[in-house]
Amino acid sequence: MTEVSNDVLAFANQEYKYGFSTDLDTDLVPRGLSEDTIRLISSKKSEPQWLLEWRLEAYRHWITLEEPLWQNVHYEPIDYQDIIYYAAPKTKAALASLDEVDPEMRAMFDKLGISLAEQERLSGVAVDAIVDSVSVATTFKKKLAEVGVIFCSFSEAVQKYPELVRTYLGSVVPYRDNFFATLNSAVFTDGSFCFIPKGVHCPMELSTYFRINAADTGQFERTLIIAEDGADVSYLEGCTAPMRDKNQLHAAVVELVALEGARIKYSTVQNWYPGDAQGRGGIYNFVTKRGKCAGANSKISWTQVETGSAITWKYPGVILQGDNSIGEFYSVALTANHQQADTGTKMIHIGKNTHSTIVSKAISAGHGQNTYRGLVKMLRSAQGARNYTRCDSLLLGSKSGAHTFPYIEVKHPSAQVEHEASTSKISEDQLFYCRQRGISEEDSVSMIVNGFCREVFKELPMEFAVEAQRLLSVSLEGSVG
Amino acid sequence: MMLHIENLHARIGDNEILRGVDLDVAAGEVHAIMGPNGSGKSTLANVLAGHEAYDTEGVVLFEGEDLFALSPEDRAASGVFLAFQHPVEIPGVGNLYFLRTALNSVLRRRGLEELSVMQFLALAEDRMKSVEMDRSFMNRSVNEGFSGGEKKRNEILQMSILEPKLAILDETDSGLDIDALRIVAGGVNALRSPDRAMVVITHHQRLLDYIVPDRVHVMAGGRIVRSGDKDLALELEEYGYGELGHASSVDASTSVGATP
Repeated sequence: MTEVSNDVLAFANQEYKYGFSTDLDTDLVPRGLSEDTIRLISSKKSEPQWLLEWRLEAYRHWITLEEPLWQNVHYEPIDYQDIIYYAAPKTKAALASLDEVDPEMRAMFDKLGISLAEQERLSGVAVDAIVDSVSVATTFKKKLAEVGVIFCSFSEAVQKYPELVRTYLGSVVPYRDNFFATLNSAVFTDGSFCFIPKGVHCPMELSTYFRINAADTGQFERTLIIAEDGADVSYLEGCTAPMRDKNQLHAAVVELVALEGARIKYSTVQNWYPGDAQGRGGIYNFVTKRGKCAGANSKISWTQVETGSAITWKYPGVILQGDNSIGEFYSVALTANHQQADTGTKMIHIGKNTHSTIVSKAISAGHGQNTYRGLVKMLRSAQGARNYTRCDSLLLGSKSGAHTFPYIEVKHPSAQVEHEASTSKISEDQLFYCRQRGISEEDSVSMIVNGFCREVFKELPMEFAVEAQRLLSVSLEGSVG
Repeated sequence: MMLHIENLHARIGDNEILRGVDLDVAAGEVHAIMGPNGSGKSTLANVLAGHEAYDTEGVVLFEGEDLFALSPEDRAASGVFLAFQHPVEIPGVGNLYFLRTALNSVLRRRGLEELSVMQFLALAEDRMKSVEMDRSFMNRSVNEGFSGGEKKRNEILQMSILEPKLAILDETDSGLDIDALRIVAGGVNALRSPDRAMVVITHHQRLLDYIVPDRVHVMAGGRIVRSGDKDLALELEEYGYGELGHASSVDASTSVGATP
């Protein structure tokens, strides 16, 4: 692979375009974590007592836990007392309209290509913009309210829809779930809340854009999406962070609830700062994402394109409780330089005739290490359950690695599980073929990599598919979808 | 002279595969290169196209310019095309998309304007007819799941769209049934022109019934050991390679057998 290596390096070392930081006047709580920190965060957000209690219970549980070590990633121990748990850009009172968003903030989002001005949105995507620990703006709220869709920051939901929050918070990811989910439950600051009432087809894509701006902070957001009977929603999530040479922790929790016949499509393009070419800095992206197909005939679909973060560690899963419910997971994970990813999914089949599909595409370049870890579990009740899993790994260069750990537990004799896996390299022959046709080496690599990811990209909403391809440094217009 | 090759040597490690090839090809001519397995025919094709696995010595001029100074993609842009013996599969990359990217890359390198999607589609539709390919091919991934004959037809389609000055066809006839052979040869003949030269590498005289060459060369042991007109191919068909170039290549062909 010596001939390829220069190009692979160039491909892998593309500059991170979102690495700037913005000088925002920020309200920080003191470093470190204690019950006092949690009380302070809770009081800053004027939270009801039950929520504070819930946080404290999570915290008391968290201090009894050990940080997990089983994942196939390596990092220096995190000093949890050296993290700032709350950082909020200061705003003048409450915003009456989006026009009042701080110009610095607006400029920052413009630079990221995210418009906070509703009339400028071409495709009609509603955006909840989250900077550090708080939501700074949510667009198209009014238009969504007309059809009964609630889309707002988590903090606002706690104030305005406390019963909904209380009913569903922790119903999919309980605060005892795992070390990072428990930490999140104790200190989560904001996030997006979305409720689609019975029978409503959400008229536009909803999206949350996460931005870590402040230094030395952790971002612990919490997203909760509820689709009632027959409701339908497509949700997008994007994220970036400034280049800093110290690692920053992002430990989010996402919970999805689909009631009878509901459909939730959740797409992520994760582009947190990955660290520099020597592996310094970057985001630790330790996230718990899970959906519950609570009702019969419901469907939850996760699509993720993971190109950022120093370390990605997450398993967006689906609990298939309702009969005939469907869970899907489509993933592209790229690790370059010294990035590490241990990602995959969990499909828990409980209901009858539940189906799940897993398509994972892992690309490793440079010293990148990419692990697929997936659990397919079919309980005694899961008569007629089916799973199809396909895991493909593509290696660029000789120092990268790909690993696959499938876990399969089947308790019902009628269940069917299929697993296919492959590992390949971009071959000299493929490169030579493309180059002989006049395509530059760099474009050839991009083209082959994008072709490899095509099955996943075609699951993304159009706008995101374009973003995802661009992220993999390509001009593949027209060939996807 | 469009292509001038003088004392060309090529090796992989210690294994010398080309041992002093001399060849001149003028515009408008079709040259056939024949010879037994391991004689260096495919290596010659790969070296001309710029495959980086070989260490080379000698002179190769393409329209008077040093071909070795160019990357494979620049050679393509300057008009060198290789129809591969074993076209690779590129999963997930649409055939049509691949072709348009290739054509536009070549046009861009030549400083010409790229074709729009519509212009390209019109061109592709037209050229697909000449190799009797239907549209369903275009939406499939490059060569993925193609039969042997379909892959070879796809090579000729690419050639007809890229319109090279020098087309090298590496055993394009191998593995083809008679119908596919006729289609492929028809596509090649349609591209014969006074401005274009072709080097047709083949094992069998059969192809030369359809693509009638101006010159026939026999390779053995990494050299061209005999050249003649089209009748030479018939002679080969009758007497085999054994008799030809016997004296000059015995030692060479033994070591060629060790090609990795």
